[in-house]
Formats: sequence, structure tokens, C-alpha cells
Amino acid sequence: MAIAIVRTKDLLAVVMLTGIYGLLSASFFVVLDAVDVAFTEASVGAGISGLLMLAAITMTGRTEAPKRHKPLLALLVVFITGGMLIYGTLDMPYFGSFDAPVHQHVAPRYINDSMQEIGVPNIVTSVLASYRAFDTLGEVAVIFTAGIGVLSLLSLPLRRRSLQLGESSNESKKDQMHEQHMVLRIISKILIPFILLFALYVQFHGDFGPGGGFQAGVIFAAAIILYAMLFGLDTARRVFNQSLIQLIAAIGLLLYASVGVVSLFNGGNFLDYNVLADDPIAGQHLGILLIELGVGCTVAAVMIIIYFNFAGRREAQQQATEINSIELSFTKQNKGEGE
Amino acid sequence: MVLGLYNYWIVVLLMMIGFYIVIAHGNLIKKLVGLTIFQTSVFIFYISMGNVDSGSAPILAEGVARYSNPLPHVLILTAIVVGIATTALGLALVVRIKESYGSIEEDEIQIQDQLTEDKTSC
Repeated sequence: MAIAIVRTKDLLAVVMLTGIYGLLSASFFVVLDAVDVAFTEASVGAGISGLLMLAAITMTGRTEAPKRHKPLLALLVVFITGGMLIYGTLDMPYFGSFDAPVHQHVAPRYINDSMQEIGVPNIVTSVLASYRAFDTLGEVAVIFTAGIGVLSLLSLPLRRRSLQLGESSNESKKDQMHEQHMVLRIISKILIPFILLFALYVQFHGDFGPGGGFQAGVIFAAAIILYAMLFGLDTARRVFNQSLIQLIAAIGLLLYASVGVVSLFNGGNFLDYNVLADDPIAGQHLGILLIELGVGCTVAAVMIIIYFNFAGRREAQQQATEINSIELSFTKQNKGEGE
Repeated sequence: MVLGLYNYWIVVLLMMIGFYIVIAHGNLIKKLVGLTIFQTSVFIFYISMGNVDSGSAPILAEGVARYSNPLPHVLILTAIVVGIATTALGLALVVRIKESYGSIEEDEIQIQDQLTEDKTSC
């Protein structure tokens, strides 16, 4: 699969292949007992990432230029590095062995004690949201920052100019486009509520089964992106106010951090949930619920922001090229009359 | 038995494919795809290290004695979402590059940069 990605020149096919590749690695993670990870990879690798790449390709062109130089040097470097890495693996513990060093240090504690300390059956959730909550806070901050970055790179000025010129004609054309996908629209109308419901289930059931804020956020965003794709970006923007979504992204991160600050005020360490309620276990539950909610909000909002900006940029570009072509023909006409 | 190491070899193979795409292709989107493959290989590396023979998924249940190591799962779970966010940032940069240079091929961009440098130095 990956080799096919190397060979193909058509970037559209490359993106399709990466989607399949994502799904494949998700099922691979299920086989390796990593259900939470598989969940995330299935929604991110097979869904959102392909979508974003498609959106980028529509703006940057679909084919790759033929290579001008021989890739022999690159191949050589790759083979040397690969050989060295494989030589390095010879000392590694065997696949699946029970007594590998990885399993000796902290994992037994998580597996044996987390039920008494946290009271959540899903160990992944308790490690993510409680033992290593500080880590997760940093990651949410990275996601938030990436969202801001996309926002600052791709947002408005181009659009505002094109809004003044000839939007009405485009609007009607677009509506016709969307009307052609009647079957898709009706089916997605039925599906979207269930996808949203499923996202909420994943969000709040993350303590007991695979799931949690990250997966739920991505699934939630996927539903809204589906809506935006089928009913047009303008409609979606009318339903989901963009500044509100930006606010939600910030609020999610703030919620997470303020849970930490509250536990600090209650006399514990930063993000030590034991002090949030009278009973430590209840405190842990409350803390995990709140920060997972924060994670879900931020992830969903950032994904939506990213998609909206990519799609908005594309529409603005299309309109700009149309306007340019109209202006060009107009000036040509004028010249013709002048002569 | 050296065959017990096959999971690492799959990872190395995938990693090298990603690496090759990154260094041998000029197209910026293709480079990002290569980075994604590289990234996935690291994910698979971690997850396969956490796997235990006849272990179960790390969700506590009655009558299960062995679980896979939950720590790599946590790390990779967050890394996937962070990865897509940073990839989106990269794609956004590519879009902007396309807008200002009219191309996303590395060598063409370099030629253009060279030309503008020559102009300013004259």
C-alpha cells in the first residue's frame, strides 16, 4: 500500500490510498489490543486527514511534476538508515513477550492499582486523564495552537473582497450543484443526528469502554463537516457561527486548565482531582468528566475551524478566478472597441 | 529465533518508505503524505511494543488476568490527534505557498527565490 503511494503521481489517488492505509492501520491496532487508538486512527486517519488533503489539493493542483533527477542518492540513504535500524532491532525484546522491560516499570501499577485509585475500568482513560493529565493538557494546547495557526494562515481578507463582487450568481449556481446530490443529502440528514449522538456516547462512555474526549471530538466534527460538505459552506456557517466555535475551542482548553487551578486552590497539586470532592474516587470521576469535556470541546472546535478555513479559502479562490476571468474578458472587449 | 522481531522490521520498512518520499519527492503535499506514513510507523512501533501475548485490551473486566500495556496507547492516542492538527497546519502553509509562488514543487520555488535574490542584490 505504502509503496503504491510512493509510485503514484496522481495526488488524488495518493489521498485515496492514504485513507485506505489509515483504515488498515486502525484494524491493525485492534488486533494489537489498542482499541482506543484504533478508534482514533479510524476517525482521523481514514476520515478527517483525507478530507483535509483533498481540500488542499483542490487549491494546489492535482498532479505531481515528473522527477528531474535520479533518486539513487535518496535510495542509498534510505537503505543505509533502514539497515542500521534493523541492526538496532536485533537487541530488542521479542514481539508480544511478557517480560519485556516496557512492561516492568509503571504498567503493573496502572493495571493493578488504578481501579482503587481512580475507579474507572478503562485504564487508558485513567492514565490519560488522571495519571498523565498534565501531558494531555500540553497536547490539547498544541491542538489549540495548530487551530490558531491555520486560522491565521487561511482566514479572511481574500473572502471579503470577493463577497462584494458577484456573489449572487455564484450562490444560485452552487445551490443547483447541491440539489443534484438529493440521495446523499437525505441520507446524511438521517445519519447526522445519529453520528452526533454516537459522539456524545463516546464522550461520556469513555470511562467504561473505548472512547474519550479526543475520539468524540473528532467524530462530532466529522458530522458537522459532512453537513458542510453536502449543504454548502454558507448554510453551515449560518448554523454554526464561526466566532462561537472559536470561543468553544478556547473554552475547552480553559476548562481543562481551570480544573487544575481549582484543585490547586483546594489544597492538592495541579490537576490532582482527589481534592475536588469529599470522596477521592468521586473527585477523580468529576475531574475526569470535566477535562474530557474540555478535550472534546477543543478538539471538535479546532477540527471544524480547520475544515471551515480550508473550504472557505477554496471558495474564495474560485470566486476570485471567476471574477478575474470576467474582468479579463471585459478589458479585452474594451480594447477591441478602442481599436 | 530472530523471527520474533518481525514487528520492528515492518515498522522500519514503513518508516523508510515515508523517509524516501520525504527526501526524494519535490511535491510538498507528497512530502506531507510521506511524513504521515513515517508518523504512522512510529505509532505502530509503540503499540506493538505495548502488546502482550494472550493479553487483552486494557479495560478492566472480570476474569481477565493479562492486559496490554496501557501507557503507549495513551501516548499514541493523543499523538494521532496532535498529528492531524499539525498536518493541517502544514497543508495550510502549502496552500499559502501555492498562492504566492504559483507552484508547490520544491525546485521551482527555489528557482523563484534565487531570481528574486538576484534582483535585490543587483
